[in-house]
Amino acid sequence: MEATLPLLILVLPLLMFLFLGLFGKFLSHKWAGIIGTVGMGVTMIIAYYTAYTYFFSGQFVGADGERLQYIVFDQDWLSLWGNLTIKLGFLIDPISALMLVVVTTISFMVHLYSNGYMRDHHGVYETGFQRFYAFLSLFSFSMLGLVVATNIFQMYIFWELVGASSYLLIGFYYTKPSAVSASKKAFIVTRFADLGFLIGILILSFTTETFDFMSLTSSPLPGVENTYYVDAATATTALESAGGQMFLGGSLMTWALVLIFMGGMGKSAMMPLHIWLPDAMEGPTPVSALIHAATMVVAGVYLVARLFPLFMINNAMGGAALDIVTVVGALTAAYAAIVACTQIDIKRVLAFSTISQIAFMMVSLGVSREGMHDNLGYMASMFHLFTHAMFKALLFLGAGALIHAVGSNDYTAMHGLRKHMPITHITFLVGCLAIAGIIPFSGFFSKDEILTACFGNSAVAYVWMSLVAGLTAFYMFRLYYLIFWWKEHNVPQGHHAPKDQPWTMTLPLILLGIVAIFCGFVPFADMVSWNGHAPHHSGINWTVASISLAVAIIAIAIATAMYRKENAMPAKMRSFFPRLWTAAHKRFYFDELYMFITHKIIFDRVCKPIAWFDRHIIDGTMDAFAAITNKASYAIRGLQSGSAQSYVWVYLIGALLLGGGTVAIIFLFF
Amino acid sequence: MDYSQFLAMKQEIGLLIVFLLVFLYDLFAPRYAVAGTDKKAVKGISTVTIVLFAIFTAYGFCCSVIGNTQVAFGGMYSTTPVVATIKNILNIGVLVVLIQSMKWNASEPQIMRRAEFYELLLITLFGMYLMMSARHFLVFLIGLESASLPLAAMVAFDKNKYESHEAAVKYILTAVFSSAIFMLGLSFVYGLTGTLYFDKIAASHVESSGLLIVAMAFVMAGIGFKLSLVPFHLWTADVYQGAPTSVTSYLSVISKGATAFAFMVVMVQVFGQFYAAAWEWMLYALIILTITVGNLFAIRQRNMKRFLAFSSVSQAGYIMLGVIGANQMSLAAMMFYILVYIFSNLAAFGVIQAIENKTGLVGMDSYRGLHKTNPRLAFAMMLAMFSLAGIPPFAGFFSKFFIFTGALNQGSTAMYVLVLIALINTIVSLYYYLLVVKAMYIAPEECEIARFKSGCSERLALVITVGGIILLGIVSIVYNSILTMTTSPM
Repeated sequence: MEATLPLLILVLPLLMFLFLGLFGKFLSHKWAGIIGTVGMGVTMIIAYYTAYTYFFSGQFVGADGERLQYIVFDQDWLSLWGNLTIKLGFLIDPISALMLVVVTTISFMVHLYSNGYMRDHHGVYETGFQRFYAFLSLFSFSMLGLVVATNIFQMYIFWELVGASSYLLIGFYYTKPSAVSASKKAFIVTRFADLGFLIGILILSFTTETFDFMSLTSSPLPGVENTYYVDAATATTALESAGGQMFLGGSLMTWALVLIFMGGMGKSAMMPLHIWLPDAMEGPTPVSALIHAATMVVAGVYLVARLFPLFMINNAMGGAALDIVTVVGALTAAYAAIVACTQIDIKRVLAFSTISQIAFMMVSLGVSREGMHDNLGYMASMFHLFTHAMFKALLFLGAGALIHAVGSNDYTAMHGLRKHMPITHITFLVGCLAIAGIIPFSGFFSKDEILTACFGNSAVAYVWMSLVAGLTAFYMFRLYYLIFWWKEHNVPQGHHAPKDQPWTMTLPLILLGIVAIFCGFVPFADMVSWNGHAPHHSGINWTVASISLAVAIIAIAIATAMYRKENAMPAKMRSFFPRLWTAAHKRFYFDELYMFITHKIIFDRVCKPIAWFDRHIIDGTMDAFAAITNKASYAIRGLQSGSAQSYVWVYLIGALLLGGGTVAIIFLFF
Repeated sequence: MDYSQFLAMKQEIGLLIVFLLVFLYDLFAPRYAVAGTDKKAVKGISTVTIVLFAIFTAYGFCCSVIGNTQVAFGGMYSTTPVVATIKNILNIGVLVVLIQSMKWNASEPQIMRRAEFYELLLITLFGMYLMMSARHFLVFLIGLESASLPLAAMVAFDKNKYESHEAAVKYILTAVFSSAIFMLGLSFVYGLTGTLYFDKIAASHVESSGLLIVAMAFVMAGIGFKLSLVPFHLWTADVYQGAPTSVTSYLSVISKGATAFAFMVVMVQVFGQFYAAAWEWMLYALIILTITVGNLFAIRQRNMKRFLAFSSVSQAGYIMLGVIGANQMSLAAMMFYILVYIFSNLAAFGVIQAIENKTGLVGMDSYRGLHKTNPRLAFAMMLAMFSLAGIPPFAGFFSKFFIFTGALNQGSTAMYVLVLIALINTIVSLYYYLLVVKAMYIAPEECEIARFKSGCSERLALVITVGGIILLGIVSIVYNSILTMTTSPM
């Protein structure tokens, strides 16, 4: 594969960012939008072509039919010393090709959709429209750079860039205090998680002496340049390089992997680091669809998948890293699903649903073991990542259309919209069916694979995840009925009545709706697996499938009974478990807990004494230092007298002292 | 004698040709008798000079790409890919200086001097080339002097300004004195070793004696004068302030960069490993003094040119860290540092010059609130200050980082202490660099510099330098190719 085309995938969004950022204000709003959208469209086509070449050209298939990893280019960026070289490169393997498709597709849809969304009802563009597109391009560039990273340091750089552009986009309405505080919260929480990530990277690279993924998990294919295959032996060597050092009851490598996973927890909003994601819904809805549903938040899953051989061998060697992934995922999935049942703001329901679905992917990775259907879980996780990106983006964009039409995030302001907004209604329903896992919508296939993987691992995991899947179907249909049914709409009729939005907004909905229906039929098992070999098990496990279908249908039936028409049952249920409902509604007091810890404990007990120390001791020292500098500066001003004679004198004495002093030191003391 | 040896001096010959062409063009260019039309002729001369020099710069790159080590005149002269590269780096700087000076050169009363400035400048550049390629102290001395004397004329260029004359007198007096000390040192060296060839002095292995160390100190003082190392720096502030700004910027970057490289050649090739203990300790002391004293003086300055004079004194100390490291990485880091320093300092001087040309103001207080009236100039100045202070992601951060790494690579404890001192000084320097930024951006007053449109040439020079500041660090290929280049012998 030539390096030019893949390079363009990164260069185009970067150029768009620079162009729109620097010259955007000289463009009209309309043209900024068109340029942004077309640029992203071209990027998407190139990404499709690249992925197509990778999967179907047959060039990247090994002797046993396994899919190989190919490094398109790998440029030294900073060569420090010794082994320490930081590279920037472009890696294509099954998961990065998959992510290229996902990121560019969703990004293009969002670019298109924002042309309509970022205007008011009279078609007047919002202020900062060009800035919005510049940031979208920056985000796309960062995310694409992240997924094609050839080494963990490059990934870290782009990881932070993604975080920064997410910060910029959440805080897009920077005059709104809640948006500003949400963007700060997102940045700080993920930065905190990234601290763990960075320490993990340092431990990993210190012991293995490399940043490169290829040296950590793969071996070069003999005779073919830049081509590698995933090799468990390399991962074993990498893990053994720590030499069995222990730290606080775990091996050093387990700690490294857990810390790296902590970075993933932050970005993927796993409990207890999930608190930023619901607040991040303050950003414009297309941003939520792009960043906080489909792409950035799955970066954590992608990170674990990228280092999966290390996690797996660590598990085989008795390390706990993979079990931690499973437990965190399972707890988060259940927690987020319960909270989602009680939220009023439709974007927050979707946010918690996202957390829960990402947790599904994490669990799926966590239960993936060698010898268990050939790591079915890995494939299932990536499959679900793919389908989820499509249907969740669809749901978010649908929610955006609703919010845009009604002017509120509250479902209480909606109700009964099905007749007013038919296209939005149908596509939203498709999204709900997909996420609930109804055959033949895409979510059914991927969720079935995940549950099969859990089934193969342990009965507990299977039952737990099946129940969460049931809850998912319930809260999604609760949301669906509350928006589109419940009772007739009570907003003004006529000109101000909510209606379907302009084509720039409905077209992405329709396209994504079609994708969400059919993308389950992609033969994923042949394309993605942890080591490139297609697993022997593929196709649908009908036992698992029928059980999960039954669970989903029952959950939908309950939701239908409770929410299809206006009735008192939900209120009764609520008063039946008042404590539980309030707790879930308040998201089990996680934010309050954080507030307590940060304010009462960290600020009052830790920071205040430190602040005193800082103000009096450290500042005092610094002030003294500055005063000394100032005094010294004042004292030696006479040196610069202005007369040439004195200059020459100082020169001569300096030269003599330099020579004489050195002579004295060398001959007297040595 | 084999005259084909001259062919080894590709870049020197090219430079001479440029000089002669400019000289001839100046001679035969039309002279307008009518007042006011001279401007056109001078602009023509400037344009011709710049175009010729741009071609020459491109030609220099070809030389360094295809060139290999060549020795001429019985070993008195040598050029290597490394030397060719540093000459190219300087050429880029000179090109920017030429572009910057275009407007000033066409203004009253400089206009009647026509191409004089360019001719003097090219001759000094020729001297610097010789200095860097010299492998014999006499050739070195010729280079040093031809790089010094025309500079005095350039410093005195502003005929109608008293400060300009004063600066020139101070410069020439101290320069002559410094040359005398330098030659005294050389005569000691000659007396001890019986030769002035670099390699033969190094090979003579004369036992380290007091006289030799004093000789070394004198040689260092002589070269340190041009680098304005403390305590041989006292001329710097007066000269930088008095000289026309174009000359100051030339003096502060090109002259300094060339001398720094020559200094490294002398130290490594002549005194080399054999006397390393002595010269490294002397340099050690000089670096600490230079960085610290330069900083301490810079804090108090209110005149932008004087302020940059002291800042350049302390920057010279950082460049010397590359010499003391004395390994391949330090060499690469030093060359990169010089390149970045050229861009950063020229950006700062470009802004100063644009403002001075228009309003005649050079005080830091006049810069208060500059971002309101001239946001682009203020922005360029801010980037220059950030780069000089070494704030990431600008080029200055990377150059400081690499030069510290190179010094630390030597591995001795003393080096760690030195880098620590340099780091502390970086913090001090941050204070005064940010003073400028604060004046421009935070001071609430109305700016006394009204909004104005700077000339084409000034803008072009600023775009080049600001582009360099932003890109040189991030586009790693620059440093990497210098690093690869330095694996060949110096």
